[in-house]
Amino acid sequence: MAILSKDEAQTLLKKVLSYSTADECEASLRGRTSGNIRYARNSVSTAGSQNSVSLAVESRFGKRSGIATCNEFDETTLRRCVQRAEEIAHLAPESPEYVALLGPQTYLSPPSTATTLLTAITRAQAAADSMTLCAAKNLTAAGFLDGGTSFVAKRNSKGLEAYQQSTNTDFSVTVRTADGRGSGYAIADVTDPAKLNAKALTQRAADKALSSVNAKAIEPGKYTVILEPAALMAGDDLSLLGGMIFGMGAREADEGRSFLSKKGGGNRKGEKLFDERITIYSDPMNAEAPGNAFDGDGLPTKRQTWIEKGVVKDLFYTRFWAEKSKLPATAFPNGFIMAGGTQSTTELIKGTAKGILVTRLWYIREVDPQTLLYTGLTRDGTFYIENGVIKFPIKNLRFNESPIIMLNNIEAIGRPQRLAGCMVPPLKIRDFTFTSLSDAI
Amino acid sequence: MKRRDFVGLTGLAAGALFLPSLPGFGHTPVDPARLLEPGADVIIKKRLADAALNAAKTAGADYADVRIGRSLNQYVFTREKQVQNIVSTESYGVGIRVLVQGCWGFASTSVVTEANLAATAREAVSIAKANKLVMKEPVQLAAQTGYGEVSWKTPIQQSAFEVPIKQKVDLLLAANAAALDAGANYINSALFQVNEQKYFASTDGSYIDQDVHRLWPTFSATAVDTKSGKFRSREALSAPVGLGFEYLTPNAAEQVRGPQGTDTVGYKLRYDMLADAALAGKQAKAKLSMKSVTPGKYDLVLDPGHLGLTIHESVGHPTELDRVLGYEANYAGTSFATLEWKAKNLPYGSKAVNIVADKLQPGSVGNVGYDDEGVKTREWDLIKEGKLVNYQKIRDQAHIVGQKESDGCAYAQSWEDVQFQRMPNVSLRPGTAKMSPDEMVKGVDKGIYIAGAGSFSIDQQRFNFQFGGQLFFAIEKGKITEPLEDVAYQSNTQEFWGACAGSCDQSDYRLFGTFFDGKGQPAQVSSVSHGSATTRFNGVNVINTARKVG
Repeated sequence: MAILSKDEAQTLLKKVLSYSTADECEASLRGRTSGNIRYARNSVSTAGSQNSVSLAVESRFGKRSGIATCNEFDETTLRRCVQRAEEIAHLAPESPEYVALLGPQTYLSPPSTATTLLTAITRAQAAADSMTLCAAKNLTAAGFLDGGTSFVAKRNSKGLEAYQQSTNTDFSVTVRTADGRGSGYAIADVTDPAKLNAKALTQRAADKALSSVNAKAIEPGKYTVILEPAALMAGDDLSLLGGMIFGMGAREADEGRSFLSKKGGGNRKGEKLFDERITIYSDPMNAEAPGNAFDGDGLPTKRQTWIEKGVVKDLFYTRFWAEKSKLPATAFPNGFIMAGGTQSTTELIKGTAKGILVTRLWYIREVDPQTLLYTGLTRDGTFYIENGVIKFPIKNLRFNESPIIMLNNIEAIGRPQRLAGCMVPPLKIRDFTFTSLSDAI
Repeated sequence: MKRRDFVGLTGLAAGALFLPSLPGFGHTPVDPARLLEPGADVIIKKRLADAALNAAKTAGADYADVRIGRSLNQYVFTREKQVQNIVSTESYGVGIRVLVQGCWGFASTSVVTEANLAATAREAVSIAKANKLVMKEPVQLAAQTGYGEVSWKTPIQQSAFEVPIKQKVDLLLAANAAALDAGANYINSALFQVNEQKYFASTDGSYIDQDVHRLWPTFSATAVDTKSGKFRSREALSAPVGLGFEYLTPNAAEQVRGPQGTDTVGYKLRYDMLADAALAGKQAKAKLSMKSVTPGKYDLVLDPGHLGLTIHESVGHPTELDRVLGYEANYAGTSFATLEWKAKNLPYGSKAVNIVADKLQPGSVGNVGYDDEGVKTREWDLIKEGKLVNYQKIRDQAHIVGQKESDGCAYAQSWEDVQFQRMPNVSLRPGTAKMSPDEMVKGVDKGIYIAGAGSFSIDQQRFNFQFGGQLFFAIEKGKITEPLEDVAYQSNTQEFWGACAGSCDQSDYRLFGTFFDGKGQPAQVSSVSHGSATTRFNGVNVINTARKVG
C-alpha cells in the first residue's frame, strides 16, 4: 500500500476532491517504504522497516484554510477527512498571506528511480561486510544504512495534477582504532543502491582511521585548507554550504534580517558577493543527484541559478512574497549543485605547498546571522599537507568562519561529488580561521 | 528530528518557521476538540498488550514489551500581528520490542487490533531472528520486577488543551505587541503543547499507564537598523516545562532578578511572557549599539537559563553510557569520559561541582513515573565533589558497568520508534552557603555576566566547546558596568568545570530545558531539563565574534 502508482494515486485523489464543498480544495498523498540497519562496536544495534502512506486535505473558504489528514482510505474515512478539513477551515482566522491554489502545471520528469532495492537480508549483508572488514584489522565500525522508495502525489480543484516517485539510499560509517586513537569517516547517498559500495566506503574510513593515529597538535590560526565534500555539506545537520544556500530567503533579506539584506533596505540580488569561480544552481534533471519535480506548493522546479560567477542571481521567493514583490515565485529546491573543476581531492593535495586536509566538519552552529559566522570542529581524519603530500595527522581544531568569507578565499575547486542529494566539490581555501585545539578523536 | 530542523525551530529565526514534518510533533492534524477526548480505556489497552505479548512469546521471544502510544500535540505560531499556523495533531499506534536469544527485534503499527498486534509481534520476532545472523554479543537485560497495573500523571493544574485557542492566540499576539512597542521590528512567537498518553506492558508483568504533559512558550524578537544594515535578536528567557497552562500565570515569587544593573529577570515555575517580551523588544534594540567585547580571560557569572545548555553539552552528553561505549560513534559521537578515564579517578571539575541525574523534579520536562522500558524513575549522582561517580544507563547496559539495575532513562519519541538510552534531567546542585547573584558579582574583579542560551557547539567527545548567550554585561571591581555584544567563550570540559568557583543557593535554582535533544539513527528527539543556580567560573577564554563581510 505504501507506494501507489500514478494512476492509483490520482484516482484516489479525484475521489477525495469529489467530496469537497469548499471554495478551493487540494489533496496530497505521500508514502514511503524503507528499511534500515544500524551497527556499532562491530555488532548490529537496531534494524527496522517503515511503511507509511498518508493523505492531507486542505480546504479553503475565502481566505480561511483548514488541513486534515488520515492514513486509512475507505470511503467513510476519506469523507470524514474532507469534512474535518472543512470544519477546521470554518474555525480558522482569515490568512493575511492568502494566495490562491495553483492551476495546472507542467513538470519535468527527473531520472529518480532504481529498479532494485535493498532487502533486510542485503542490508544485513552490507553491514556484515563492513563489520568483518574492520574486525579483521582490529578496528571498530559504527554505521547506518537506510534506503527505500517514496512517492508524492497532488491534485486540486483548480486542475493541478502532480506525481513523482523516487528512490534513495544513504550509508555512512565511522571506523575507529581499538585504542580509540584514530578515527575515519565515509558517507554516500545514491538513487540506485546498485551504485553503493559499503565495503569500499568502509575501507576508506578504515584507512583514514589507521592513518590518523598519533595526531600532532598545531597552533590554531589561519591555514590553507582542503575541505572534502563532507566538510561542506551534511544531510543531518547544519553545514557551511547548506546553511548559506538554504538561508537565501528573499523575505528575510527584504526585512533586513539576513546576510543578504542590503544597507538602506532591500536585498543584495545582483551584487557580487563571492569569488567569480563560484556558481551554484539547482537542477532537478541532474543525472547523479536528481531533484523533486515540484515543491510543497506544487510549483514546478527547473534549472535555476542562485549564484553565478560570484554574483547573487536569485533568492527564494515564496508565492506570497513573490506576489508582494511583483516577482516570479521560486520553487524551493531539495538540493543544489555547486559547479566545479576536474581535480580530485588527491590532485588538490598534490598542488598544495602547506595546508590542512579536512575530512568532515561537525556540530556547526551559527554564531552571527548578520555575517553568517559559523563555528564547528574538524572530525574523523584531519591531516597536515606539505609539498603536495600528507605529512602527518593533526589534532582536531575548532573553526570560526563565515562561508561568505570562505567563498572569497578560493584557491581551487575540485570535481563535484554527490552528497546529501547535492553535488559538492572539494574546495581549497586560503586563510580559513581555526581558533582552538580539541583533544577529541 | 534532524538537527537542522532543531536548529531552525529553536532559533525561531527569520524564515525558520517551516512547519511540516516535525517528527515527534507532527502526525495527524485533528480538530482541537479531539485533544480533549479520552484515549482507549486501560482494560482495552491491557487486552491489546496481552495479545501482542502472548504472540511474541509463542513465536519464541524470551522477553517482550509493548508500548501503546497516543500522542497529542498542538502548536500555535504567530508573527507580529498575525497567526501563522495553528496545528493540532494526534498519533496513535503501537511499538513492540522483543528479545530472542540475545537479539533485539522491533516493529510498529498504526492498526491497533488484537490480530494485527499479534502479527506485528511476530514480525518483530522475525527481525530479531534475522539479526541473529550477525550477532556477536547477546543482549543481557537487567532483571526488572513487574509492577502490576499502575499509573502516573504529570502533576498539572490545567491542561493546555483545555484552554480555548483564542486565549492562547491572544496571549502570543499580546506578547508580540509588547515587544514591538518596546523597540523590536519583528517577532516570531510560538506555543508548543504536548500530551503523551503512554501505556507500557511487558512480559515482566508491568502494565503502566501514564499521562505526560509538557509546555513551551517561546519567541524571538528582532530589531533592525535599516540605515546601517545591522540586526540583532533576543530570544525568550522561558523554558520548556513539565507543567500545564498554569506556567503562563505570572507570579512574582517565581521570578528572580538578575544582578543589579542588568535589568534581567529569570523565571522558575511560572513565566511572565508579556513582561519578558517587552524587555526583549527593548534589549534587542539596545543590542544594535552595544559595545563589542574585548577578547581575553574573564571570570564568568552564568545565569541558570544560560548554564543549563553548557551542562547539557559538557556533562549530560559525555555521561551517556551508550556514547561512552561507542554506540553513537557514527552520529552523535563518543565521550572523553570512558570507563578507563573514570577508573583513573581524575577530576571532572572542582570540588564545588556536584551533578545529579533524575527524572523526578516537578516542573521538569524529564519528569515521568516510569521510563519506556518499565523502570520506575529515580535520582542518582553523576559527579560528586568534582569526581565522576556514575553514568546514565538502561536495562541492557547495566551489566557493562557491573551494575544490576537500570537508571530508568529509556525513551522513544513515539510508539513507532524503538526506545533507547536518553538523557534524564542533569542538574548542578546549588551551593549550600547562602549567596545571591548580587553577592556573587560583588566578588568578581573582571568578569562577564551572561543570561540566556545562544550559539552552542562542542566536539564529538565533549572536550572543546564554544557558547554564546542572549545578554552579556561587563563586571568590573564587583559591579555591573555596561552591556556587551559579540561575546562567546571557548573552553574545554575539564578545564571549565575545574574553574567552577561555586554556585548561588537554592533560592536562585531554576530549570533550563529543550524539547529537541537529538540522538540516534534514524534520529529521535527527547525533552530534557537542566537545573542550576547562578554559578561562577574563573578565568575563562572569551572571544569576539564580530566579523566584517562584503
